[in-house]
Amino acid sequence: MNTKEDFGTPLLSVEDLRISIQQDDHVLHAVDGVEFQIKKGTTLGLVGESGCGKSLTSRSIMQLNPKECETQGQIVYRSEKDKGLQHVNILDLKPTGKMMRSVRGKRISMIFQEPMTALSPLYTIGNQIMENILIHRTKNKKEAKQIALDMLNKVGISNEEKRFNQYPHEFSGGMRQRVMIAMALSCNPELLIADEPTTALDVTIQAQVMELMKDLQKDLEMSILLVTHDLGIIAEMCDEVAVMYLGKIVEKAPVKEIFNNPKHPYTKGLIRSMPKLGGNKNRRLESIEGTVPLAINMSNQCGFYDRCTQRIEGECDKQRVPNYQVNGEHSVRCFLYKNEMEENGHV
Amino acid sequence: MFQYIIRRILLVIPVLICVSMIVFFVIQLPPGDYVTHYAAQMSAQGENMSQAEMDAMRAELNLDKHWVIQYFLWMKGILLEFDFGHSFSYNEPVTSVIDRYMALTLIVSIVTMAFTYLVAIPIGIYTAVRQYSISDYFFSALGFMGMATPNFLLAIVLMYYSYVNFGDPLLGLFSSEFENAPWSWAKIQDLMKHMIIPIIVIGTASTAELTRVMRGQMLDEINKPNVVTARSKGVPESKILIKYPTRAALNPVVSTFGWTLSNIFTGSTITAIVLNLPIQGPVMYNALLGQDMYLAGTWLLFMAVLTVIGTLISDILLAWLDPKIRTEIKGM
Repeated sequence: MNTKEDFGTPLLSVEDLRISIQQDDHVLHAVDGVEFQIKKGTTLGLVGESGCGKSLTSRSIMQLNPKECETQGQIVYRSEKDKGLQHVNILDLKPTGKMMRSVRGKRISMIFQEPMTALSPLYTIGNQIMENILIHRTKNKKEAKQIALDMLNKVGISNEEKRFNQYPHEFSGGMRQRVMIAMALSCNPELLIADEPTTALDVTIQAQVMELMKDLQKDLEMSILLVTHDLGIIAEMCDEVAVMYLGKIVEKAPVKEIFNNPKHPYTKGLIRSMPKLGGNKNRRLESIEGTVPLAINMSNQCGFYDRCTQRIEGECDKQRVPNYQVNGEHSVRCFLYKNEMEENGHV
Repeated sequence: MFQYIIRRILLVIPVLICVSMIVFFVIQLPPGDYVTHYAAQMSAQGENMSQAEMDAMRAELNLDKHWVIQYFLWMKGILLEFDFGHSFSYNEPVTSVIDRYMALTLIVSIVTMAFTYLVAIPIGIYTAVRQYSISDYFFSALGFMGMATPNFLLAIVLMYYSYVNFGDPLLGLFSSEFENAPWSWAKIQDLMKHMIIPIIVIGTASTAELTRVMRGQMLDEINKPNVVTARSKGVPESKILIKYPTRAALNPVVSTFGWTLSNIFTGSTITAIVLNLPIQGPVMYNALLGQDMYLAGTWLLFMAVLTVIGTLISDILLAWLDPKIRTEIKGM
């Protein structure tokens, strides 16, 4: 699959991404200095609760956020297949321009949470799958149809000739999401952004769809950015995990490290609040007290301060929390590790 | 689909029977009848009709019978001989009165409708895409003014300006030299010139309303996830706009087609009186005033048929536009 060298160069690096939304009399800092990399052929999980900015972050990679969003920072994309895109800052491209359109659907594809509303009810699924094939791969309708039929077959939709001419309302939820996957992967993208791809599906269907995505990832050698709030899916799918809270990435580590050695109090809380198989049925499931504050007029304190059980008064509420390197691949944004890390020499 | 249309057409029949009964009932409701109206006219001219003369006239016109019997006699004439009765005030068959005005009425109505849709839909789309821009505010203001201004007032204002600037108020649909002339290119040009004011006057209100509907629908559709999906596939913006939101926004516009058709027919009455247009509106108005019951009844029945046909057309168009409705039809 991948050699060790190109495992090192990231396909996508997000650097100091900031997204703010101007509201009536204040500015909402929805994403506040996010940084991460996605390596070739790997899956990065972006996990966090609703409103933490994970969807905005993932959509900014394709410049799909609404006009009201002001985006700053860099999203550097390094395409292998496309010479024109060997090193571009996506945020420099004009959102409606030709360059951006040649990235969308061709190099980077997206799957959305709600397959019913993400597909148009007015066109056959064949029409909608062929749409991007006809833009990016071939002008020949017959050939495009063949590619679409192959894709339907690949995502496990049988009787594809008949299904091709059916409308989204004739499909079940899981089948619709398969159609979305077929659509997203029909032009062999290098990066797939899956924004809560299974949230709207039954648990049994979730597993099937995840399995399908994993298989296709191997086939097509693509990277995945998986946005979810479901740690179970993270554990199953991802190579690396970035935990987001209130517009910031608070902890980032390989998946095993996150589950075995979580550092940030928020990550720990998340993992504790997962139901465990074979656990004591009478034990109350733990939860993190409180709710996410709104990211308006944020002072320098840690965003998790109000909900944190291990907060250090006079420190966590007084200054911006820097990123501490736990080890080569594990970093955390929390003052608890200040001394430890300094001793270890990783600052 | 074919079966669906047939069934819809069959369903129209009972609807029309009910409507025709209601129409006839309503028409004979006002006190008095054509004979009292006629006697009043005569006495205004100094001739007094005796009670016996009036009764004789009633008997002759079948006006002395119960309305239900009158209704059945009327229906019998329509169904067996395509005879819609006799217009008292014109003293000729209703069909020939309607015939005389039908062609021009249709021309004015259809052109007005085309104007309404051709102007309203593009402006609706444009103002939705440029929501809260200066042009959006401009068209919104214009639209509200168009909805709020009474038709006849607009007609008078336009006539005034036409008279001041061109020396001709453009009354009626033809200049006097063409009124009775055979059809020619010059006559058509004259007609088109005279249609400008009526179309603007009759069409403004519905155009303004349709613009608002279209704009609202577009705003709903533009923010739907399927638009984001299309964008994420790299589809150019202009193509997205036409293929996804516009097509979806047309549904409610199409479904109101049914009553737009009859609205334009009846809505033009006052305008037609002010502008002296030789179309059905004023004829209908006078028929109601003069208790010319068969003419009025036929006209109302015609409006009902038009509404039913309009609804049928919009249903067929909806089925053509919306695959979900198509599936339901197949399932029936």
